[in-house]
Amino acid sequence: MAGARGELPAWVNLGLLPLLNLTAAFLVAGAIVLLLGESPPEALKLLIQGAFGYEEAIGYTLYYATNFIFTGLAVAIAFHGGLFNIGGEGQAYLGGLGVALVALYLGHWPAVVVLPLAILGAALFGGIWALIPGWLQARRGSHIVITTIMFNFLAAALMTYLLVNVLIKPGQQAPETRTFAETAWLPQIHAMAAWFGLDVAASPLNAAFLIALVCCGLVWLFIWRTRWGYELRVVGQNEAAAVYGGISPARQIMIAMSLSGALAGMMALNELLGAQHRLLLGFTGGYGFVGIAVALMGRNHPVGIVLAAILFGALYQGGSDLSFDMPTISRDMVVVIQGLVILFAGALEHMFRPALAALFARPAAGAAVPP
Amino acid sequence: MSDLFLLALQLSDSTIRLATPLVLAAMAGLFCERSGVVDIALEGKMLGAAFAAASAAAVTNSALVGLGAGILFAMALAMVHGFACITNRGDQVVSGMALNIVVAGLGPTLADAWFGQAGRTPLLGDSARFTGIDLPLAETLRPIPVLGPIYAEVISGHNILVYVAALAVPAVAWVVYRTRFGLRLRAVGENPSAVDTAGISVTAMRYKALLVTGLLCGIAGSYFSIAHSASFIRDMTAGKGYLALAALIFGKWRPVPAVMACLLFAFADAVQVRLQGVPLPLLGTIPTQAIQALPYLATVLLLAGFVGRAVAPKAIGIPYVKER
Repeated sequence: MAGARGELPAWVNLGLLPLLNLTAAFLVAGAIVLLLGESPPEALKLLIQGAFGYEEAIGYTLYYATNFIFTGLAVAIAFHGGLFNIGGEGQAYLGGLGVALVALYLGHWPAVVVLPLAILGAALFGGIWALIPGWLQARRGSHIVITTIMFNFLAAALMTYLLVNVLIKPGQQAPETRTFAETAWLPQIHAMAAWFGLDVAASPLNAAFLIALVCCGLVWLFIWRTRWGYELRVVGQNEAAAVYGGISPARQIMIAMSLSGALAGMMALNELLGAQHRLLLGFTGGYGFVGIAVALMGRNHPVGIVLAAILFGALYQGGSDLSFDMPTISRDMVVVIQGLVILFAGALEHMFRPALAALFARPAAGAAVPP
Repeated sequence: MSDLFLLALQLSDSTIRLATPLVLAAMAGLFCERSGVVDIALEGKMLGAAFAAASAAAVTNSALVGLGAGILFAMALAMVHGFACITNRGDQVVSGMALNIVVAGLGPTLADAWFGQAGRTPLLGDSARFTGIDLPLAETLRPIPVLGPIYAEVISGHNILVYVAALAVPAVAWVVYRTRFGLRLRAVGENPSAVDTAGISVTAMRYKALLVTGLLCGIAGSYFSIAHSASFIRDMTAGKGYLALAALIFGKWRPVPAVMACLLFAFADAVQVRLQGVPLPLLGTIPTQAIQALPYLATVLLLAGFVGRAVAPKAIGIPYVKER
């Protein structure tokens, strides 16, 4: 039956609907800007200018986007298994511990050894931190949402303890480790461009961006081109059917959560090895939560996630430029816009659907009866 | 011995102060969750209420107006949650997450623009906030051994919202277990189609439950900014909304056990402040983070069925679709 409820052409479902939701979020954000006594179009212009207007800005935008690609992929891969992993924040934090341990204690080894080990450390620590809630969900039936929330707090407590008492660089007040050895730094893109004689403006954008893109490809391969990915999607869509087909949901849940945590953990590569070069308190800065918005906007597909991640990266970078140009608008406004995007693209995603379904059902019904 | 008694008094006193917002928020979450709607936005509603209350109190110089504004804002947020989850059948966790993030940014943004003080509201005078109330005869009864000091130090001297929280618990228990509204509330969270068949609107019931959630969260949030402290500061609820949610689950979605969990968590918090850097016999110095992590760890263990079993309302998280 054409035009059944929720049946929309693919371009509407993947293009128009997210665009409408995004527009609604920005309209509300515009109303808040108006409330602050500034002009919304002017603010939007400054935001876009600040995010893409000059070469350095693009570098920063992509640098922030790198974090969001990792955390967005993490949320998406769990989503495909029907799981809601809101523990990306904690998993990224633990991933940072894995990175830092390698960089601090094996940093004197050559880069070709240290960097792969650091990537492994990030994935391993993040993965294990997600595997525990996964195991608890699969074997003990405790709800993944609640356990991952709790694990965020546990991660924060653990990392604070380690940074304040164990890993802190002796003789300083701030809870930070010493700076990593340079062999453990990920090369920055402008430095890499210089190897080929290209002149790119300096920014914290680094090789982690390329690793993130590789991860996108791997996630796509895993979900749509491997048996495990297929089994994962079956479990996510219909657990009973999965059991009937001889798939163990418990095993899939644990695999999905481990991979999800590993991806979230790898966010630490960008922040720690690419930019900060040391482990510091709260370096995850909410990126793990924004991953939810990125996955929702990107419809859990790697291509969509890259686009959504660039959008959020632009918000971050453009937002800080905006707050500089319009002092009444603080950087916190970016957080508001992120929340609004999650609200409209996620929780309210069905708001425009009935209207669109009605709109697109009519031509389809007409086409079914040739003149 | 008297030192130990004094310590116990002080610990009880700070436990009550710390438990108040937890108790109110846990009771708020109870209504929402028992009606079948997941609420991870207790944090956001409290933070929003804290900001609204502090702003209104700063402008009008009245604590009551502040409280009213806090309650109204929290109720408005609850209605947004309802619109997304009940009317539009959106994902309840996503909606809660979104509200938490919006509010975390909105408070500091508006505070910056309105008051020009990086992410905070102006300091409130005593008339614009709820200050401690000395209960009758507190000083007269003090000389009575044991009971006198307990009355004067622990029970008397809190602000009005502490007593509101204390009264809220029996009130909530009565509403949930002894009224028609409470029966329907519990039914709508367990088996909404049965409630629907009985001719009661599931949608209306859930909206009503969310309004109560907003009301209680509003009081809890106002407590932070116009009673416990004297201004709104960025992230001042500091995860207490999630802690209240943990307490609610720890209390198996029932009022009295949830309050007990709140008191336990608050006590752990009070002890942690006391124990900072103090070595204990046998254990040595316990890191404060270990005590801070305790409530979350306990909740995880409970949910995993290692200590008892927490069974959620059956229909929680599932949007109700009338026609099937």
